[in-house]
This record gives sequence, C-alpha cells and structure tokens, in this order.
Amino acid sequence: MGSERADGAPPVRAFSLSKRYGDVLAVDAVDLTVQAGDIYGFLGPNGAGKTTTLRMMLGLITPTAGHAELFGRDPMREGARALDGVAGFVEAPRFYPYLTGRRNLEMLAALDGGDAAERIDSVLELVELAPRAVHRVGGYSHGMRQRLGIAAALLRAPRLLVLDEPATGLDPAGMRDMRELVRRLAGEGITVLLSSHQLPEVQELCDRVAIVNRGRVVYEGALTELRRRGGAGYRLRTDDDDAALELAAAAPGIEDVRASDGGIALSGQEQAIARLSVALGRSGVAILELTPELATLEQLFFRLTGEESSDAGAGDEVAALR
Amino acid sequence: MSAAGAPAAALPAHRRRPSTATVYAWELRKLARQKRAYVGFFLAALVPVIFVVSQGIRGHHGHGQAGLFLAQVTQSGLATPVVTLIFMSLFLLPLIAALVAGDIVAAEDGNGTLKTILTRSVDRGQIFAAKVLAAATYAALAVFLAALVATLAGVIIWGFHPLTSLSGTVVSAPKSLALIAAANAFYLIPLFAVVSIGILLSTVSRNSAGAVVGTLGVTLVLAIVGSIPGLGGLRPYLLTTQYSAWQGLLHTPTDWTPIVESVWVCALYAVPCLLAAYLVFLRRDVAGG
Repeated sequence: MGSERADGAPPVRAFSLSKRYGDVLAVDAVDLTVQAGDIYGFLGPNGAGKTTTLRMMLGLITPTAGHAELFGRDPMREGARALDGVAGFVEAPRFYPYLTGRRNLEMLAALDGGDAAERIDSVLELVELAPRAVHRVGGYSHGMRQRLGIAAALLRAPRLLVLDEPATGLDPAGMRDMRELVRRLAGEGITVLLSSHQLPEVQELCDRVAIVNRGRVVYEGALTELRRRGGAGYRLRTDDDDAALELAAAAPGIEDVRASDGGIALSGQEQAIARLSVALGRSGVAILELTPELATLEQLFFRLTGEESSDAGAGDEVAALR
Repeated sequence: MSAAGAPAAALPAHRRRPSTATVYAWELRKLARQKRAYVGFFLAALVPVIFVVSQGIRGHHGHGQAGLFLAQVTQSGLATPVVTLIFMSLFLLPLIAALVAGDIVAAEDGNGTLKTILTRSVDRGQIFAAKVLAAATYAALAVFLAALVATLAGVIIWGFHPLTSLSGTVVSAPKSLALIAAANAFYLIPLFAVVSIGILLSTVSRNSAGAVVGTLGVTLVLAIVGSIPGLGGLRPYLLTTQYSAWQGLLHTPTDWTPIVESVWVCALYAVPCLLAAYLVFLRRDVAGG
C-alpha cells in the first residue's frame, strides 16, 4: 500500500475481523465503521471480545481472519504508520513504574516524534497531573494512571481516540470528570471509539454504537434507531401477580412477559394491552398499575445480548431515552 | 484547552518519525533507572576488589594459564585484570549479561508496557533492534567496568610493570595494557552470543526470571557437555569454549586461531537466536497488560 494517507477514509473500519484462540472464537467476523466525528460506543458484557477487537484494530494482535483499517490503513501491513493520528489505550493504560509521570510522557513523546514533546506540559495540565508528574508512576493510584493514559494519548494530537473502559475503577467524581473530558475532546473534533460495559456511560456520551456479545456484533447503528426498534413495553402491577402472569402469558399479542421488580413487565400493541386489562378484570384480578414504558437501552441491551436484566441492572437506574 | 487536544486536521506530509537511535537512547535510560542494572555492575566491580584484597593475604602459586598470571600478580598490577577476566569470563559475566538481556523484553510483558510503546510511531523492528543494542551495550559496559576496576586496583597496589606472556616473552606495560583492552573487546564476541540467547528466551518466554535462569542454564549445559569425556570433539563448537578465545592474545606472537574461530562459532549461536527472536517479536500477539 502506498504511503499516502487515504483522506476521507473513515477513522475505523473492521472487515470480518476474527480471532480464534484454540477452540474459542473470541471475535467472530466483526464488521463496523466509525465515521469521523462520531463518539462511537463499543458496548458489550465483560468477555464479549471488545478488548481483543480493539487490540486487532491497533495492530497489537494478528487477526485470524479479516482485517482492520485506521483512516484507510491496515496496521498489520503498515505497522506504526497506520497509527498516525491514532491514540488511546486498551485495558488499563500501563507505564514504567520506576519512571516519573513526566519521564514516561517524555519517553512516549520521543517514540511519537514530531512535536509531541512540546505538548507534555499542556496535557499534564489538562488531566490535572502536573503537580504529581515529578513522582514515580509506581506510586500512582488507579485513577491517576487512567488520567496519565489520556495524557499519553493526547500527546499524539490524535484525530481518533481509542479508549477502552476509561472510567473503570474510578470513583464517581473521577467517572464524571472522565466523561466530561471525553465530551470536551469530541467537541474539539476528535473521533472517539469508546469501549464500555457500562450502559449509562455509553448512553450519556455516544451517538452510535456497536453492541457485541460473544464475539459477534449484534447491533450496529445509531442509538436512536436502536431505541425506536425496541418498541414499547408496559409495566403491570395487580393484587394477584401470579394469576396475572399466567393470564398475560396466555393472552394473544402479548410478548416478553416476565416478573420484574415487584411487578410484571410485558410488551404488545395497545389493542392487545386493552384486551388484557379486560381479561384481568373478568378473572377477578385487580389492576393496581398499568403504565407504558419506553424500552430503556438497558432492556434492549439485555434483549440483544440474551442476558437476564435483573442480574446487572437492578441497582442501576437507567433512564429511558426520550 | 490548549493545542494538546486539537485534532491534527491534516498531518504534515513528511512527519518526522523517531529514529531507532532515539528508541535505543531511551532503552538505556530505562536501564539506568532499574536496580538490576546496578546489581550487575556491582557484581562486575566486586570480584576484582575481592581478588585484590585476597591476594594481599595469600601466597601466589597456581597452575595453568590462570596460574602463570597469578604468579605475576604481585610483580605487575596488570596481571590482575587478566586473572579476573579468566575467572569472570566463565560464569559471572555471562550471568550479568543474562540479567539484563533475559529481562529486556519480558519485563515489558510483565509491566504490560509493550502495548504502550507499540501504539506509538515506532515499528516493532525498531523497538527490537533498540533492545538488542541496549542489552549488548550493557554487557559491554559490565565487562569494561570489571576490567577498569581490576586494572586500577592492580596498578595502584602492585604498579604498572611489564608482564610475561604465555609464550614466556616479556611484554612492555603499555603494550600489556593495550592487550588487556583488546582481550576484553574480543571477549564481547561470545558474550554477545549470550545476550542473543537471553533476548530469544526473553521474547519467547515472556518471563524475566525464566529467561535469565534459562540463559544461564544453556551456558551451564554447554560447559558440562564440554567436560564430558568422549564429547571432546564437540568442544570447538561450544559457546563456552569461546569464553576463553581471547587468551590467544596472551601468546607472542598473538594466536589468532581461537579468536577467528570464536567469531563464526558465536555467530552460529547469535544469528539464529536473534533472527528467531526478531520474527517472534514482529508477529507475536500483545495480549497482556
């Protein structure tokens, strides 16, 4: 491939990217496209293959099949050149514990070439590590390392920022700061590919998502489109939920019936819901509550990934996208 | 925010890429911040000091090549670096070389920093070359540190006097000093082969301790093979035999045969090791960290 940058090529494209470890297909024919200006959420449960996919995109892991392109360049074929304009980290950012924060950045800037070294002071300021930069990274907290990871990425003045679970392990204030920073960087025109298993994070930040489960992309597209596809669900509470559950399960046009959070969750067209309410009354089951609920991203996510929502979502109030 | 996060709207057509020399310089700086580098230097300096001290309180007699120079220790300070090189060349200096070579790739695996440096603007081949050069540089520094300490200590205590060569001729003090420097330089040939083995094990095993011990294990096994009766025919091809090739310089005129032999025998060890390590490093999955 030539040395000229294919301008206009999207920041990230994956073509049937696959990785097999022995019998395990960790990543199974992942296709996705991140367009310039996206804050792209790469969403999936732990172990879904997100990190392996990101490593393949950055040329750290050789795909078993398929390939990835960053701004039109394949890192497996073009090596470091394919990473021009690309920065970020996979899993936790790692540094040399025996060097100071600043020394680590100086080394990375040297490996970046260009004018990266001139940005060291400003990126340290940006992530609020300037006063601690004289200390060895070995003594840094997890949150400080995450911030140093962002600083190290910004040294490259990237056009594409790849962040793997950037808020993991941060305290609530740290998470908020991290999201604020990502939003700010995106506001300056940096394309962001953000991997996460945390729905609120993706919901808050991202406009487009790929949802992965067991190595496969189960949805790729805009969040709004995903929600629209999800349809409306209802929440039902009665004075005899056991009987109501049985009736609802048998009622025509009613789907996804299950006990949920001290009530019953179900979905269906308005007419079917109306018929169900009459059937409940006739059977002597009194309705205490019957309210429509827009599907939350959380519900859609669990539907797509086939996991039980009560497991992970219980304490996590996720607002419906309106 | 300042320019830090500003997207590079259009990259300069000829972005200045970092040179391998830059990566090499940073490998050395990293070594300079690691304890193991100083442990090696300490050991390299310690043996000559112990030797000099012990010679002050014992009689001088011995046998073989070491013996000839041991007998001269108190007559010329220049005998000290020859004797310490004879002793240290067999095990201690290979150990010191292995200490860094076995660690230099594997440590990055352990720290998870390989992914950090491989997602910048340098190619894997550059990083590999820099690491090989850094490990070789370290080994060379350790050898010359030991020689320097031994020479200084010897000359201070016993004076700067001529030496008698293995051929029985008297060699002037300045010429002896030059020969000592050359001897240490030629000793680097087999030592670089040790470095190559260390780098290969470091790259493949991804385990620092394992690679260091493994490198020493290889040296040890070769030494044992060389001493097994009936396997004498193998001796010229053993890496451990080359540890003493530099002693050709102790003859007058210089016996170049062992030195020339050591060049190609050591290449037989070093080249395949480095090539294999390079290919593995180029293709390996960086999945840790």
